[in-house]
Amino acid sequence: MELNRTCLHALHVELGARMVPFAGYEMPVQYPLGVMGEHLHTRAKAGLFDVSHMGQIVLRAPATALEALVPVDVQGLGAGRQRYALFTNDQGGILDDLMVANRGDHLFLVVNAACKQADLAHLQAHMDGVQMIAGRALLALQGPWAGDILARMVPGVADMRFMDVAILPWQGVDLWISRSGYTGEDGFEISLPEDRAEAFARALLAVDGVAPIGLGARDSLRLEAGMCLYGHDIDTTTTPIEAGLSWAIQKVRRRGGAREGGFPGAEVILGQLETGPARLRVGLLPEGRAPMREGTQLFHGDTHIGAVTSGGFAPSLGVPVAMGYVPAALSKPGTHLMGEVRGKRLPVTVAPLPFRPSTYRK
Amino acid sequence: MKFTEEHEWLRIEGDLVVVGITEHAAEQLGDVVFVELPEAETMVARGDEVCVIESVKAASDILAPLEGEIIEVNPALVDNPALVNEDPLGEGWFFKLKIDDLGALDEFMSEDEYKDFIG
Repeated sequence: MELNRTCLHALHVELGARMVPFAGYEMPVQYPLGVMGEHLHTRAKAGLFDVSHMGQIVLRAPATALEALVPVDVQGLGAGRQRYALFTNDQGGILDDLMVANRGDHLFLVVNAACKQADLAHLQAHMDGVQMIAGRALLALQGPWAGDILARMVPGVADMRFMDVAILPWQGVDLWISRSGYTGEDGFEISLPEDRAEAFARALLAVDGVAPIGLGARDSLRLEAGMCLYGHDIDTTTTPIEAGLSWAIQKVRRRGGAREGGFPGAEVILGQLETGPARLRVGLLPEGRAPMREGTQLFHGDTHIGAVTSGGFAPSLGVPVAMGYVPAALSKPGTHLMGEVRGKRLPVTVAPLPFRPSTYRK
Repeated sequence: MKFTEEHEWLRIEGDLVVVGITEHAAEQLGDVVFVELPEAETMVARGDEVCVIESVKAASDILAPLEGEIIEVNPALVDNPALVNEDPLGEGWFFKLKIDDLGALDEFMSEDEYKDFIG
Protein backbone atom coordinates (compact mmCIF):
# COMPACT_ATOMS: atom_id res chain seq x y z
CA MET A 1 0.00 0.00 0.00
CA GLU A 2 1.20 3.49 -0.84
CA LEU A 3 1.89 5.33 2.41
CA ASN A 4 0.90 8.93 2.95
CA ARG A 5 3.45 11.43 4.18
CA THR A 6 2.87 14.41 6.41
CA CYS A 7 4.18 17.79 5.31
CA LEU A 8 7.02 17.40 7.84
CA HIS A 9 8.36 14.18 6.30
CA ALA A 10 11.55 15.78 4.97
CA LEU A 11 12.21 17.39 8.36
CA HIS A 12 11.83 14.04 10.15
CA VAL A 13 14.33 12.44 7.79
CA GLU A 14 16.72 15.37 8.20
CA LEU A 15 16.49 14.98 11.99
CA GLY A 16 17.50 11.34 11.65
CA ALA A 17 14.11 9.76 12.38
CA ARG A 18 13.46 6.09 11.79
CA MET A 19 10.27 6.10 9.73
CA VAL A 20 7.66 3.33 10.07
CA PRO A 21 4.20 2.70 8.63
CA PHE A 22 1.43 3.79 10.99
CA ALA A 23 -2.27 4.14 10.17
CA GLY A 24 -1.49 4.51 6.47
CA TYR A 25 1.24 7.10 7.04
CA GLU A 26 5.00 6.99 7.10
CA MET A 27 5.70 8.34 10.59
CA PRO A 28 8.77 8.86 12.82
CA VAL A 29 8.88 6.14 15.49
CA GLN A 30 12.02 7.58 17.04
CA TYR A 31 14.84 10.04 16.49
CA PRO A 32 18.51 9.47 17.38
CA LEU A 33 17.78 10.31 21.04
CA GLY A 34 15.82 7.03 21.27
CA VAL A 35 12.47 6.14 22.83
CA MET A 36 13.73 6.24 26.43
CA GLY A 37 15.55 9.54 25.99
CA GLU A 38 12.64 11.13 24.15
CA HIS A 39 10.20 10.02 26.82
CA LEU A 40 12.31 11.41 29.66
CA HIS A 41 13.01 14.60 27.73
CA THR A 42 9.28 15.25 27.31
CA ARG A 43 8.70 14.76 31.05
CA ALA A 44 11.62 17.06 31.92
CA LYS A 45 11.43 19.81 29.27
CA ALA A 46 9.37 19.88 26.07
CA GLY A 47 8.77 17.43 23.23
CA LEU A 48 7.53 18.26 19.74
CA PHE A 49 5.34 15.66 18.03
CA ASP A 50 4.04 15.56 14.46
CA VAL A 51 0.47 14.26 14.67
CA SER A 52 -0.62 15.53 11.27
CA HIS A 53 -1.90 12.05 10.41
CA MET A 54 -4.85 12.61 12.73
CA GLY A 55 -8.18 13.78 11.31
CA GLN A 56 -9.29 17.39 11.76
CA ILE A 57 -12.99 17.96 11.16
CA VAL A 58 -15.02 21.15 11.23
CA LEU A 59 -18.67 20.60 12.09
CA ARG A 60 -21.19 23.29 11.22
CA ALA A 61 -24.09 21.41 12.70
CA PRO A 62 -26.12 21.83 15.89
CA ALA A 63 -24.61 20.35 19.05
CA THR A 64 -27.71 18.16 19.30
CA ALA A 65 -26.73 16.45 16.04
CA LEU A 66 -23.37 15.41 17.46
CA GLU A 67 -25.00 14.44 20.76
CA ALA A 68 -26.95 11.81 18.81
CA LEU A 69 -23.60 10.03 18.16
CA VAL A 70 -21.71 10.52 21.44
CA PRO A 71 -22.64 9.97 25.13
CA VAL A 72 -21.21 13.38 25.91
CA ASP A 73 -22.63 16.80 26.83
CA VAL A 74 -21.86 18.83 23.73
CA GLN A 75 -24.55 21.49 24.24
CA GLY A 76 -23.11 22.36 27.62
CA LEU A 77 -19.59 22.74 26.29
CA GLY A 78 -18.71 26.42 26.59
CA ALA A 79 -17.23 28.44 23.75
CA GLY A 80 -13.46 28.12 23.78
CA ARG A 81 -13.59 24.77 25.58
CA GLN A 82 -12.79 21.21 24.52
CA ARG A 83 -13.75 17.83 25.90
CA TYR A 84 -13.07 14.15 25.32
CA ALA A 85 -15.77 12.19 23.48
CA LEU A 86 -16.50 8.74 22.03
CA PHE A 87 -18.41 7.60 18.97
CA THR A 88 -20.41 4.57 20.10
CA ASN A 89 -22.19 1.83 18.16
CA ASP A 90 -25.57 0.19 18.80
CA GLN A 91 -23.95 -2.49 20.95
CA GLY A 92 -22.36 0.13 23.18
CA GLY A 93 -18.92 -0.46 21.67
CA ILE A 94 -16.53 2.34 20.78
CA LEU A 95 -16.07 3.34 17.12
CA ASP A 96 -13.42 5.96 17.93
CA ASP A 97 -12.37 8.38 20.64
CA LEU A 98 -11.94 12.03 19.84
CA MET A 99 -11.69 15.60 21.07
CA VAL A 100 -14.59 18.02 20.53
CA ALA A 101 -14.01 21.77 20.77
CA ASN A 102 -16.63 24.51 20.78
CA ARG A 103 -15.26 27.30 18.61
CA GLY A 104 -18.23 29.63 18.90
CA ASP A 105 -20.07 29.23 15.62
CA HIS A 106 -18.92 25.68 14.93
CA LEU A 107 -17.42 22.55 16.48
CA PHE A 108 -13.90 21.28 15.79
CA LEU A 109 -13.11 17.57 16.12
CA VAL A 110 -9.77 15.78 16.23
CA VAL A 111 -10.07 12.04 15.52
CA ASN A 112 -7.70 9.09 15.22
CA ALA A 113 -5.84 8.65 11.93
CA ALA A 114 -6.89 5.03 11.42
CA CYS A 115 -10.57 5.90 11.94
CA LYS A 116 -10.81 9.25 10.20
CA GLN A 117 -12.46 8.14 6.96
CA ALA A 118 -14.97 5.99 8.84
CA ASP A 119 -15.66 8.85 11.27
CA LEU A 120 -16.23 11.23 8.38
CA ALA A 121 -18.71 8.84 6.75
CA HIS A 122 -20.42 8.24 10.11
CA LEU A 123 -20.86 11.98 10.68
CA GLN A 124 -22.00 12.64 7.11
CA ALA A 125 -24.59 9.90 7.35
CA HIS A 126 -26.18 11.71 10.29
CA MET A 127 -25.79 15.42 9.57
CA ASP A 128 -24.89 18.13 7.09
CA GLY A 129 -22.06 20.61 7.53
CA VAL A 130 -19.24 18.09 8.01
CA GLN A 131 -15.89 19.14 6.57
CA MET A 132 -12.65 17.16 6.79
CA ILE A 133 -9.90 19.75 6.91
CA ALA A 134 -7.19 19.30 4.31
CA GLY A 135 -3.99 21.26 4.13
CA ARG A 136 -3.43 21.74 7.85
CA ALA A 137 -0.70 20.06 9.87
CA LEU A 138 -1.16 19.14 13.54
CA LEU A 139 1.75 19.43 15.98
CA ALA A 140 1.86 18.77 19.71
CA LEU A 141 4.21 20.50 22.12
CA GLN A 142 4.17 18.65 25.44
CA GLY A 143 6.03 18.88 28.72
CA PRO A 144 6.63 21.20 31.69
CA TRP A 145 8.44 23.78 29.55
CA ALA A 146 5.80 23.78 26.79
CA GLY A 147 3.79 26.67 28.24
CA ASP A 148 6.70 29.09 28.57
CA ILE A 149 8.21 28.12 25.24
CA LEU A 150 5.03 28.50 23.21
CA ALA A 151 4.10 31.74 25.01
CA ARG A 152 7.30 33.34 23.69
CA MET A 153 6.11 32.71 20.12
CA VAL A 154 2.36 33.01 20.74
CA PRO A 155 1.79 35.23 23.81
CA GLY A 156 -1.95 34.47 23.95
CA VAL A 157 -1.41 30.89 25.11
CA ALA A 158 -0.28 32.09 28.53
CA ASP A 159 -3.92 32.68 29.47
CA MET A 160 -5.13 29.25 28.35
CA ARG A 161 -6.04 26.56 30.86
CA PHE A 162 -6.19 22.79 30.34
CA MET A 163 -8.79 21.98 27.64
CA ASP A 164 -9.14 25.59 26.48
CA VAL A 165 -9.06 26.18 22.73
CA ALA A 166 -8.20 29.40 20.91
CA ILE A 167 -7.34 30.70 17.47
CA LEU A 168 -4.20 32.81 17.79
CA PRO A 169 -1.97 34.46 15.20
CA TRP A 170 1.64 33.57 14.45
CA GLN A 171 3.47 35.32 11.63
CA GLY A 172 0.26 36.11 9.81
CA VAL A 173 -1.39 32.70 10.01
CA ASP A 174 -4.07 31.39 12.36
CA LEU A 175 -2.97 28.69 14.77
CA TRP A 176 -5.80 26.52 16.07
CA ILE A 177 -4.55 25.73 19.56
CA SER A 178 -5.84 23.54 22.35
CA ARG A 179 -4.14 23.18 25.72
CA SER A 180 -4.25 19.40 25.84
CA GLY A 181 -2.36 16.35 24.67
CA TYR A 182 -1.68 12.66 24.99
CA THR A 183 1.20 12.52 27.45
CA GLY A 184 -0.21 13.46 30.86
CA GLU A 185 1.86 16.65 30.69
CA ASP A 186 0.83 20.24 30.29
CA GLY A 187 1.05 21.10 26.61
CA PHE A 188 -0.65 22.06 23.40
CA GLU A 189 -1.92 20.71 20.13
CA ILE A 190 -1.50 23.20 17.32
CA SER A 191 -3.15 23.05 13.89
CA LEU A 192 -1.68 25.29 11.21
CA PRO A 193 -1.44 25.56 7.42
CA GLU A 194 0.85 22.92 5.96
CA ASP A 195 2.96 25.46 4.10
CA ARG A 196 3.98 27.08 7.39
CA ALA A 197 4.28 23.95 9.51
CA GLU A 198 7.95 23.31 8.82
CA ALA A 199 8.93 26.91 9.65
CA PHE A 200 6.90 26.69 12.86
CA ALA A 201 8.42 23.33 13.82
CA ARG A 202 11.94 24.62 13.11
CA ALA A 203 11.29 27.72 15.21
CA LEU A 204 10.25 25.50 18.13
CA LEU A 205 13.14 23.07 17.66
CA ALA A 206 15.57 26.01 17.74
CA VAL A 207 14.48 26.76 21.32
CA ASP A 208 16.66 25.27 24.04
CA GLY A 209 14.75 22.41 25.64
CA VAL A 210 12.64 21.34 22.64
CA ALA A 211 13.37 17.93 21.09
CA PRO A 212 11.49 16.05 18.37
CA ILE A 213 9.63 13.03 19.76
CA GLY A 214 8.48 9.96 17.82
CA LEU A 215 5.55 7.58 18.09
CA GLY A 216 7.51 5.21 20.35
CA ALA A 217 7.73 7.71 23.18
CA ARG A 218 4.23 8.99 22.41
CA ASP A 219 3.02 5.47 23.22
CA SER A 220 5.05 5.05 26.44
CA LEU A 221 4.03 8.55 27.62
CA ARG A 222 0.31 7.91 27.13
CA LEU A 223 0.60 4.48 28.73
CA GLU A 224 2.13 5.96 31.91
CA ALA A 225 -0.67 8.54 31.85
CA GLY A 226 -3.20 5.67 31.76
CA MET A 227 -4.71 6.83 28.46
CA CYS A 228 -6.39 4.49 26.00
CA LEU A 229 -5.02 3.77 22.54
CA TYR A 230 -7.85 3.14 20.09
CA GLY A 231 -7.68 -0.29 18.46
CA HIS A 232 -5.83 -1.67 21.48
CA ASP A 233 -7.36 -0.62 24.83
CA ILE A 234 -10.69 0.35 23.32
CA ASP A 235 -12.53 -0.80 20.20
CA THR A 236 -15.96 -1.86 18.99
CA THR A 237 -16.00 -4.74 21.51
CA THR A 238 -15.38 -2.58 24.60
CA THR A 239 -17.89 -0.16 26.09
CA PRO A 240 -16.93 3.19 27.63
CA ILE A 241 -17.94 1.82 31.05
CA GLU A 242 -15.78 -1.29 30.73
CA ALA A 243 -12.94 0.95 29.58
CA GLY A 244 -13.18 3.05 32.73
CA LEU A 245 -14.28 6.09 30.75
CA SER A 246 -17.52 6.77 32.67
CA TRP A 247 -16.10 10.19 33.56
CA ALA A 248 -16.53 11.14 29.90
CA ILE A 249 -20.32 10.71 30.19
CA GLN A 250 -21.69 13.83 31.86
CA LYS A 251 -24.70 13.65 34.20
CA VAL A 252 -27.03 15.28 31.71
CA ARG A 253 -26.65 12.25 29.37
CA ARG A 254 -27.07 9.65 32.12
CA ARG A 255 -30.30 8.16 33.44
CA GLY A 256 -32.35 10.89 35.08
CA GLY A 257 -30.43 13.59 33.20
CA ALA A 258 -32.18 16.24 31.12
CA ARG A 259 -30.91 14.72 27.84
CA GLU A 260 -30.63 11.12 29.01
CA GLY A 261 -29.52 8.60 26.37
CA GLY A 262 -30.21 9.33 22.75
CA PHE A 263 -26.84 8.01 21.50
CA PRO A 264 -26.03 4.63 19.93
CA GLY A 265 -25.85 1.83 22.50
CA ALA A 266 -27.37 3.98 25.25
CA GLU A 267 -29.30 1.05 26.75
CA VAL A 268 -26.15 -1.02 27.20
CA ILE A 269 -23.93 1.83 28.31
CA LEU A 270 -26.34 3.46 30.76
CA GLY A 271 -27.32 0.01 32.05
CA GLN A 272 -23.67 -0.81 32.78
CA LEU A 273 -23.25 2.58 34.42
CA GLU A 274 -26.01 1.67 36.91
CA THR A 275 -25.31 -1.99 37.55
CA GLY A 276 -21.58 -2.00 36.94
CA PRO A 277 -19.87 -3.72 34.03
CA ALA A 278 -18.79 -7.37 34.09
CA ARG A 279 -15.21 -6.44 33.27
CA LEU A 280 -13.04 -3.37 33.62
CA ARG A 281 -9.87 -1.90 32.19
CA VAL A 282 -7.25 -1.74 34.94
CA GLY A 283 -3.64 -0.80 35.43
CA LEU A 284 -1.24 -3.71 35.88
CA LEU A 285 2.18 -3.71 37.51
CA PRO A 286 4.27 -6.78 36.68
CA GLU A 287 6.30 -7.70 39.78
CA GLY A 288 9.43 -8.64 37.85
CA ARG A 289 11.28 -6.72 35.19
CA ALA A 290 9.78 -8.54 32.23
CA PRO A 291 7.33 -6.32 30.32
CA MET A 292 3.87 -7.79 29.71
CA ARG A 293 2.99 -6.75 26.19
CA GLU A 294 -0.35 -6.51 24.42
CA GLY A 295 -1.86 -9.98 24.17
CA THR A 296 -0.33 -11.29 27.40
CA GLN A 297 -2.98 -13.61 28.87
CA LEU A 298 -4.03 -13.00 32.47
CA PHE A 299 -4.91 -15.66 35.04
CA HIS A 300 -6.36 -15.76 38.54
CA GLY A 301 -5.29 -19.05 40.02
CA ASP A 302 -5.64 -21.42 37.09
CA THR A 303 -8.55 -19.52 35.57
CA HIS A 304 -8.01 -17.47 32.44
CA ILE A 305 -9.60 -14.09 33.18
CA GLY A 306 -8.46 -11.60 30.58
CA ALA A 307 -5.62 -10.10 28.59
CA VAL A 308 -3.25 -7.17 28.42
CA THR A 309 -4.27 -4.55 25.84
CA SER A 310 -1.22 -2.26 26.15
CA GLY A 311 2.02 -2.96 27.91
CA GLY A 312 5.64 -2.04 27.95
CA PHE A 313 8.28 -0.32 29.99
CA ALA A 314 7.56 2.94 31.81
CA PRO A 315 10.73 5.04 31.48
CA SER A 316 9.68 7.58 34.13
CA LEU A 317 8.97 4.83 36.66
CA GLY A 318 11.76 2.46 35.67
CA VAL A 319 9.46 -0.55 35.74
CA PRO A 320 7.19 -2.38 33.30
CA VAL A 321 3.53 -1.33 33.26
CA ALA A 322 0.46 -2.59 31.42
CA MET A 323 -3.27 -2.15 31.06
CA GLY A 324 -5.84 -4.82 30.38
CA TYR A 325 -9.34 -6.09 31.03
CA VAL A 326 -10.22 -8.21 34.07
CA PRO A 327 -13.52 -9.27 35.69
CA ALA A 328 -14.94 -6.47 37.86
CA ALA A 329 -14.54 -8.67 40.96
CA LEU A 330 -10.78 -8.78 40.33
CA SER A 331 -10.35 -5.13 39.40
CA LYS A 332 -9.46 -3.75 42.84
CA PRO A 333 -5.95 -2.31 43.13
CA GLY A 334 -3.72 -4.75 44.97
CA THR A 335 -5.36 -7.84 43.46
CA HIS A 336 -2.74 -10.44 42.62
CA LEU A 337 -2.94 -12.01 39.18
CA MET A 338 -0.60 -13.89 36.87
CA GLY A 339 0.42 -12.95 33.35
CA GLU A 340 1.75 -15.54 30.92
CA VAL A 341 5.00 -14.38 29.31
CA ARG A 342 6.64 -16.84 26.92
CA GLY A 343 4.94 -19.79 28.56
CA LYS A 344 5.76 -18.75 32.13
CA ARG A 345 3.15 -17.38 34.51
CA LEU A 346 4.57 -14.35 36.30
CA PRO A 347 2.98 -12.32 39.11
CA VAL A 348 1.29 -9.04 38.28
CA THR A 349 -0.71 -6.72 40.54
CA VAL A 350 -3.74 -4.59 39.68
CA ALA A 351 -2.80 -0.92 40.11
CA PRO A 352 -4.65 2.39 39.96
CA LEU A 353 -4.47 4.49 36.79
CA PRO A 354 -2.73 6.68 35.87
CA PHE A 355 0.63 5.18 36.75
CA ARG A 356 2.03 8.67 36.90
CA PRO A 357 -0.11 11.63 38.00
CA SER A 358 -0.86 14.13 35.26
CA THR A 359 0.50 17.67 35.49
CA TYR A 360 -2.10 19.65 33.57
CA ARG A 361 -2.44 23.41 34.03
CA LYS A 362 -5.95 23.49 35.45
CA MET B 1 35.74 -11.77 16.13
CA LYS B 2 33.08 -13.27 13.84
CA PHE B 3 29.59 -12.04 12.99
CA THR B 4 26.31 -13.76 12.15
CA GLU B 5 23.47 -12.65 9.89
CA GLU B 6 21.39 -12.42 13.06
CA HIS B 7 23.66 -9.55 14.17
CA GLU B 8 25.47 -11.50 16.86
CA TRP B 9 29.21 -11.36 17.44
CA LEU B 10 31.23 -14.44 18.40
CA ARG B 11 34.58 -14.18 20.15
CA ILE B 12 36.81 -17.10 21.07
CA GLU B 13 37.89 -17.07 24.71
CA GLY B 14 39.96 -20.13 25.57
CA ASP B 15 37.87 -23.09 24.43
CA LEU B 16 34.59 -21.15 24.67
CA VAL B 17 32.70 -18.85 22.31
CA VAL B 18 31.43 -15.62 23.85
CA VAL B 19 28.21 -14.37 22.21
CA GLY B 20 26.77 -10.86 22.17
CA ILE B 21 24.92 -8.57 19.79
CA THR B 22 26.53 -6.00 17.51
CA GLU B 23 26.44 -2.23 17.94
CA HIS B 24 24.21 -2.10 14.88
CA ALA B 25 21.73 -4.50 16.50
CA ALA B 26 21.81 -2.67 19.82
CA GLU B 27 21.12 0.61 18.06
CA GLN B 28 18.23 -0.90 16.10
CA LEU B 29 16.70 -2.38 19.24
CA GLY B 30 16.87 0.84 21.19
CA ASP B 31 17.09 1.03 24.95
CA VAL B 32 17.13 -2.48 26.39
CA VAL B 33 15.05 -2.71 29.57
CA PHE B 34 14.96 -6.45 30.21
CA VAL B 35 17.05 -9.47 29.32
CA GLU B 36 15.99 -13.07 29.92
CA LEU B 37 19.01 -15.36 30.01
CA PRO B 38 19.17 -19.14 29.67
CA GLU B 39 20.31 -21.40 32.50
CA ALA B 40 23.98 -22.30 32.53
CA GLU B 41 24.76 -25.92 31.58
CA THR B 42 21.97 -25.99 29.00
CA MET B 43 22.47 -27.88 25.75
CA VAL B 44 21.29 -25.84 22.79
CA ALA B 45 20.79 -26.57 19.11
CA ARG B 46 21.69 -24.12 16.39
CA GLY B 47 18.87 -21.61 15.93
CA ASP B 48 17.34 -22.19 19.37
CA GLU B 49 15.92 -19.05 20.95
CA VAL B 50 18.14 -18.80 24.00
CA CYS B 51 17.72 -15.21 25.21
CA VAL B 52 14.98 -12.61 25.05
CA ILE B 53 15.79 -8.92 24.84
CA GLU B 54 13.10 -6.37 25.50
CA SER B 55 13.42 -2.73 24.54
CA VAL B 56 10.90 -0.05 25.49
CA LYS B 57 9.03 -0.86 22.30
CA ALA B 58 9.36 -4.57 21.58
CA ALA B 59 10.80 -7.99 22.37
CA SER B 60 13.31 -9.89 20.25
CA ASP B 61 15.18 -13.17 20.50
CA ILE B 62 18.81 -14.14 20.48
CA LEU B 63 19.46 -17.41 18.71
CA ALA B 64 22.14 -19.96 19.48
CA PRO B 65 24.64 -19.53 16.61
CA LEU B 66 25.86 -23.13 16.89
CA GLU B 67 25.04 -26.35 18.68
CA GLY B 68 26.73 -26.60 22.06
CA GLU B 69 26.45 -26.16 25.80
CA ILE B 70 25.90 -22.85 27.51
CA ILE B 71 28.59 -22.73 30.18
CA GLU B 72 28.09 -19.27 31.61
CA VAL B 73 25.67 -16.36 31.27
CA ASN B 74 26.30 -12.68 32.02
CA PRO B 75 24.59 -12.03 35.38
CA ALA B 76 25.23 -8.26 35.12
CA LEU B 77 22.58 -8.01 32.38
CA VAL B 78 19.79 -9.00 34.76
CA ASP B 79 20.28 -5.95 36.97
CA ASN B 80 21.59 -3.63 34.29
CA PRO B 81 20.12 -4.49 30.88
CA ALA B 82 21.35 -1.11 29.60
CA LEU B 83 24.84 -2.65 29.33
CA VAL B 84 23.67 -4.06 26.00
CA ASN B 85 23.41 -0.49 24.67
CA GLU B 86 26.35 0.99 26.56
CA ASP B 87 28.94 -1.65 25.70
CA PRO B 88 27.50 -4.21 23.29
CA LEU B 89 30.87 -5.65 22.30
CA GLY B 90 32.24 -5.86 25.86
CA GLU B 91 30.31 -5.74 29.16
CA GLY B 92 27.06 -6.43 27.29
CA TRP B 93 27.92 -10.03 26.35
CA PHE B 94 25.14 -12.62 26.76
CA PHE B 95 26.53 -16.13 27.18
CA LYS B 96 29.52 -18.39 26.68
CA LEU B 97 29.06 -21.48 24.57
CA LYS B 98 31.14 -24.63 24.48
CA ILE B 99 31.18 -26.18 21.03
CA ASP B 100 32.83 -29.30 19.63
CA ASP B 101 34.97 -27.64 17.03
CA LEU B 102 36.02 -23.99 17.14
CA GLY B 103 36.74 -24.34 13.42
CA ALA B 104 32.97 -24.13 12.91
CA LEU B 105 33.30 -20.37 13.37
CA ASP B 106 35.02 -20.07 10.01
CA GLU B 107 31.69 -20.03 8.22
CA PHE B 108 30.68 -16.71 9.82
CA MET B 109 31.45 -13.23 8.57
CA SER B 110 34.55 -11.23 9.32
CA GLU B 111 34.12 -7.67 10.59
CA ASP B 112 34.57 -6.28 7.08
CA GLU B 113 32.08 -8.75 5.64
CA TYR B 114 29.58 -7.86 8.37
CA LYS B 115 30.00 -4.15 7.64
CA ASP B 116 29.18 -4.85 4.00
CA PHE B 117 26.25 -7.00 5.12
CA ILE B 118 24.60 -4.22 7.11
CA GLY B 119 25.45 -1.73 4.36
